[in-house]
Amino acid sequence: MSELNSKIPEGPLADKWNNYKEHAKLVNPANKRKLEVIVVGTGLAGAAAAASLAELGYQVKAFCFQDSPRRAHSIAAQGGINAAKNYKNDGDSVFRLFYDTIKGGDFRAREANVYRLATESRNIIDQCVAQGVPFAREYGGLLDNRSFGGSQVSRTFYARGQTGQQLLLGAYGALERQIGLGNVKMYSRHEMVEVVTIEGKARGIIARNLISGELERFFGHAVILASGGYGNVFFLSTNAMGSNVTAAWKAHKKGAYFANPCYTQIHPTCIPVTGDYQSKLTLMSESLRNDGRVWVPKTKEDAKAIREGKKTAVDIKEEDRDYYLERKYPSFGNLCPRDIASRAAKEACDDGRGIVPSGLGVFLDFADAIKRLGVEVVKARYGELFPMYQNITNEDPLKTPMKIYPAVHYVMGGLWVDYELMTTVTGLYCLGEANFSDHGANRLGASALMQGLADGYFVIPYTIGNYLSSEIFTKAIPTDHPAFAEAEKEAKERAEKLIGVKGKKTVDDFHKELGKIMWEYCGMARTAEGLTKARTLIQDLRKEFWSNVNIPGSLDEFNPEFDKAGRVADFIELGELMVIDALNRNESCGGHFRSEYQDAGEAKRDDEKYAYVAAWEHKAVNADPVLHKEELIYENIKLQVRSYK
Amino acid sequence: MKFNLKVWRQKNAKAQGKLVDYTIDNINADMSFLEMVDVLNDNLTRKGEDPIAFDHDCREGICGMCSMYISGRAHGPHHAATTCQLYMRSFKDGDTIYVEPFRAGAFPIVKDLVTDRSAFDRIIAKGGFVSVNTGQAQDANNLPVDKADAEKAMDAAACIGCGACVAACPNSAAMLFVSAKISQLALLPQGGPERNNRAINMVNQMDEEGFGNCTNIGACEAECPKEIKLTNIARMNREYLVASLVNE
Amino acid sequence: MGLTGLFLIFFLVVHASINGCIWFNDGGKTFLYYAHFMGTNFLVHIAEVGLFAGLILHIVDGLLLWKQNRDARPEKYAYSNANANSKWYSRSMGILGTLILFFLIVHLRNFWGPNRLNQISTGEELNLFQLMQEDFSNVWMVLFYVAACFSLFWHLLHGFKSAFQSLGLNNVKYNKAIEIAGTAFAIIVPLVFALMPISFYFGWVK
Repeated sequence: MSELNSKIPEGPLADKWNNYKEHAKLVNPANKRKLEVIVVGTGLAGAAAAASLAELGYQVKAFCFQDSPRRAHSIAAQGGINAAKNYKNDGDSVFRLFYDTIKGGDFRAREANVYRLATESRNIIDQCVAQGVPFAREYGGLLDNRSFGGSQVSRTFYARGQTGQQLLLGAYGALERQIGLGNVKMYSRHEMVEVVTIEGKARGIIARNLISGELERFFGHAVILASGGYGNVFFLSTNAMGSNVTAAWKAHKKGAYFANPCYTQIHPTCIPVTGDYQSKLTLMSESLRNDGRVWVPKTKEDAKAIREGKKTAVDIKEEDRDYYLERKYPSFGNLCPRDIASRAAKEACDDGRGIVPSGLGVFLDFADAIKRLGVEVVKARYGELFPMYQNITNEDPLKTPMKIYPAVHYVMGGLWVDYELMTTVTGLYCLGEANFSDHGANRLGASALMQGLADGYFVIPYTIGNYLSSEIFTKAIPTDHPAFAEAEKEAKERAEKLIGVKGKKTVDDFHKELGKIMWEYCGMARTAEGLTKARTLIQDLRKEFWSNVNIPGSLDEFNPEFDKAGRVADFIELGELMVIDALNRNESCGGHFRSEYQDAGEAKRDDEKYAYVAAWEHKAVNADPVLHKEELIYENIKLQVRSYK
Repeated sequence: MKFNLKVWRQKNAKAQGKLVDYTIDNINADMSFLEMVDVLNDNLTRKGEDPIAFDHDCREGICGMCSMYISGRAHGPHHAATTCQLYMRSFKDGDTIYVEPFRAGAFPIVKDLVTDRSAFDRIIAKGGFVSVNTGQAQDANNLPVDKADAEKAMDAAACIGCGACVAACPNSAAMLFVSAKISQLALLPQGGPERNNRAINMVNQMDEEGFGNCTNIGACEAECPKEIKLTNIARMNREYLVASLVNE
Repeated sequence: MGLTGLFLIFFLVVHASINGCIWFNDGGKTFLYYAHFMGTNFLVHIAEVGLFAGLILHIVDGLLLWKQNRDARPEKYAYSNANANSKWYSRSMGILGTLILFFLIVHLRNFWGPNRLNQISTGEELNLFQLMQEDFSNVWMVLFYVAACFSLFWHLLHGFKSAFQSLGLNNVKYNKAIEIAGTAFAIIVPLVFALMPISFYFGWVK
C-alpha cells in the first residue's frame, strides 16, 4: 500500500540526518547564482528559508500577501520556543525532546523528522541569539528558560510574551539584509494563485498583485510554500484574518497530496465568543493555567442563573463548584494537555453548565492564587495578559474570574512532504505549519516556532541542494512558456467566474456558515453521522457559493473582498476534505476526537489500523479524493496510551 | 450605540480623496473598532456600494498592520493600543468619529485607509539586522548579556512597525521607529561590529524616504502602541554623531 | 539646531548676568563697567561675530527644518487632536522663534545698533543705562518686551531639554535633572529679562 516514498535516510535514528547531510549532492557557488527559487510566505519558515538560501547564493523571489514580510502571523506566537540545550542541567537531551514531541503528538508523527527537529532545535537558539533576538536572561547574563506543557524539563526559551514576534523579526532582518544586497526580490501584497508545472516539475507560480489586481508570472527552478496553517476554515480562530490555505490548496489541486487534514488543535484558553459580529478569537496564554483553576457550577440551575446575570461567580459556594480538570485528572489537574482541557470544557458546557450567555464558556479563577501569593505577585507573573483580557472584555480578572472557551489555534495537517520536505510534486517544497510533518495529531506548546525555523534555516538549505544539483543545466524558463500562459488562464477564468456571480450573500455569510458547519461537526468531537451530514452541507454550501456570492468592485483594482472570496472558495473545498479525512480515521488521537472511539471520555487510538499518515490525492472538485497511506514505523520508541490521570 | 462616521475615501493612489459621511446604528459596546467597520462594510456591500478598504490582520495588536487615524489620533483615543485593540465602549453614543489613513508623504495611500509603508522595510534593509549567515553562530551561552541591557533591548525591539509614530508626528518623522531598531542592536554585544555603519545607513535611508525631522515634540512616544521611549531617539542621535565623527 | 541652541542659551546667561547689574541700583555704574568691557574688548568682538553666525545658523537651520517637515506631509489631516499627545509650544517652535526674531530686530535697533554706530562714527560709547531708562519709560515698549519674554519662555521650555535630546546627551538617570534644569532656566532667564523694563518703568532702578 505504501507507495509514498518518505525518503528516510538509512542508519540509526541519531545518525540519519548527519548521514543525509554528508551524502546529499551539492551545488557549486557559480551554479547557485544561476538557480532561482520561489518562496511563498514570509513567516518563520518562509523568511528563514528565503534568507538562508539567498545567503548561499541562490536567486530568491519571496512573496507575501501582507504589506510587509514582517507581518506574517508567526509574529503572534506568545509563549516560547523549545530547544534541547539542557542549559538547566535538568536531564534534557535531543532524545527527550524527540520523545516528548512524538508522545505529545499521540504517536502519529514520523520518527526521523522529529528527531531531526529535536537536533536542530539547538542550532536555532544559537542562530537567533547571534541575530540579536533579545531572549530573556538571568542575572548572570545567560539565557533563561521556562517550562511548558507536556514536558518535565525547562527547555523553553522566551522573549517576554512576544517570542514569535522577536524570532520573526530576527528572520525578517536576515531577509531584509538579503533584499538590500539584491539576492532576494521581495513581492509583498502578492498572493499566489497557481503553481506552474512543466514536465511534472514545479517551475513557477502565478501571483495576483493585490494592488493592481494583475496576474503576474514568476519562474523558479524550485518552489517553496511556507504559507502557514488553515485554521480559518473555522471562520473564528486565533489565526490572523488573512491566514489562508490558498497556496497549499492550489498546490494540492496540482498534484501535491494533502496529509491528515483533520488534525486540528483547539486551544483551551481563549476568550469566548460574545456575538455574531465577532471576527476573531483571542488566545490567553496557556501559562495562565499554572495558577488559574478551571471550574463551572455543579448544578445547571446555578449555571443558568449566571448566564442570565442573576448570580455571579462569587455567589457560588466552594462546595457548589466543579473543578472538573482537577477532579478528572488529579495528577496533571489544570495543567493537562491542550486537547484534553479543551474537550473537558466542551463536555461541561454540553452538559448545560456553561457560564456565558451563549452557554459556551467556563471560569478560569485566580482567587486562590491571589490568596496564596498576593495580588502583586499574580499581577507580575502574568504581566500583560490581565490588562489585555480586561481591555477586550471590560472585566478585571483580579476581581472576577476570567471566562474562557476553547478555540481553533493551529493545524497539524498540511501538504504531505518527504524527509526532504518535498511534496509529491517534484521541485515543490512545503515548510512550517503548511506541511504536516512533525507534530503528529497534536502539537506541544512552544514547538511551532521550533519547527518553522528548523525547516527554514537548517533543513531546506541542505535538502533543496540535493534536488537543484540536478537542475544546473536547466536554463531559466521564459514566462511566455505555454505552461505559464495556461496556468494564468486558469486563474483568470476562475477569478472572472467568481466576480461574475453577482449574487445576494456576502463572502462572510458563506465563511461564517462554513465555520459553523466545521465547528459543529468537525470540531472538538466528531461522529460518523455528523461528519457524513457535514459533507453534504459543505457540498451544498459550495454550490450556493458559486451561484450566489456577491463580490463588490472589479478585478483590476485593490479589492480585499475579492481576495477574501478566493480564499473562502478554497476553504470550502478544504472543509470537505477535512470531513472526509475525519470520517476515514476511525479512532481518536490528539486533535482528532471521534466520540465513537473513547474510554470514558479518553481518546482511544487504534494503532493496528491507523498508525499511518493519510495523504489525499485530489481528483476533481466533485470527485472523491484518493487515499494514500504512509505507514508510521516506530523503531526507537514503544507506542503507548497517553495518560495524564 | 449609534455613531456618525466621517471616513476618508480615495479610489486609488492617484485619485482625489474626500471625507464621506456614514451613520451606523445598533453597535455593541463590546465590539472592537475594526468589527464596527466590518459591520459598516457589510451594510455597504449589501447596498451594492464599495466597502471601505483598510489594513488589518492579526487583530490582537502585534502584527502592526492596522493603521487608522481616529478622531485626530493615531490608533484612536486609547493609550498603548493598536486600532484593533480599541473597543466601541471608548466612545459615547452619538459621537462623530473621524477616520483617516496614517498620513505622510513617505506613506502614499493605496486606497481609502490603506497606505504603503514599505519605506520602513527599505530602512531595515539598510542595517536593521546583524550580518550573521545561517550556521555561523557560536553557542548561544558563549555570549553573556547584561540582564538590564537585554531588557532595554527588548523594550525597543517590541516595536511592531505600524507607523503610528510617523502618523502622530506633526513632522512625519520616523525617528522613533528607526531608533528602536538601532537601540536594540546598539544595546546588545551582537550589534557592536556594525553599529557605526548601521546608524549612518539607516538614518540616511530614512532621510531619503522623505520622512520629516525630529523636533522632540514627543507625540510619537505618546501614541506608540508598544510604548517605545524617546530615549531611543537620543541613543540613535548619539550613535549617529559618534559614527559621523569616526567613520572614514 | 541643538548645538546652536545651546550656544545661544549660553549667550543668554552672559547677557542676563551683565544686564542684571542694573539692580545694584548704583545709577548703572557696575552695569556700565561691564558693558564697556563687552563693547570694547577685542575677544568679545570676535565672540560677537560668532554669536551672529550662531544666530543665523539657528534661523537658517530652523527654516530648513520647517520646510522639510512641512513637505513630509503633503496632505494634512482633516481633523487632528494633537493636544492629546503633545504640548502646543513644542509644536510651535517656529512661530515662537519668529516672534523672538521680530523682537530681536527691534531690540538691536534700540540698543546695540545705535551704540555700534556711535562707536564707529565718534569712537565713543553711548550710555546704555540712560538709553534703557528712556526707552522703558514708554509703557508700550515695556509691554512689548514682556510679551517677547513669554515667547522666549515657551521657546526655552521646549528648546532646553530638546537640545540635550537632539545631541544624544541624555540618559534615563539624568533626564529628570535636565528637565528640571530646563524648566527652571526657561522661567528664570525670561523673568530676569522681563523684570528689567518693568524695574525701569516703575522706577525701582534709578
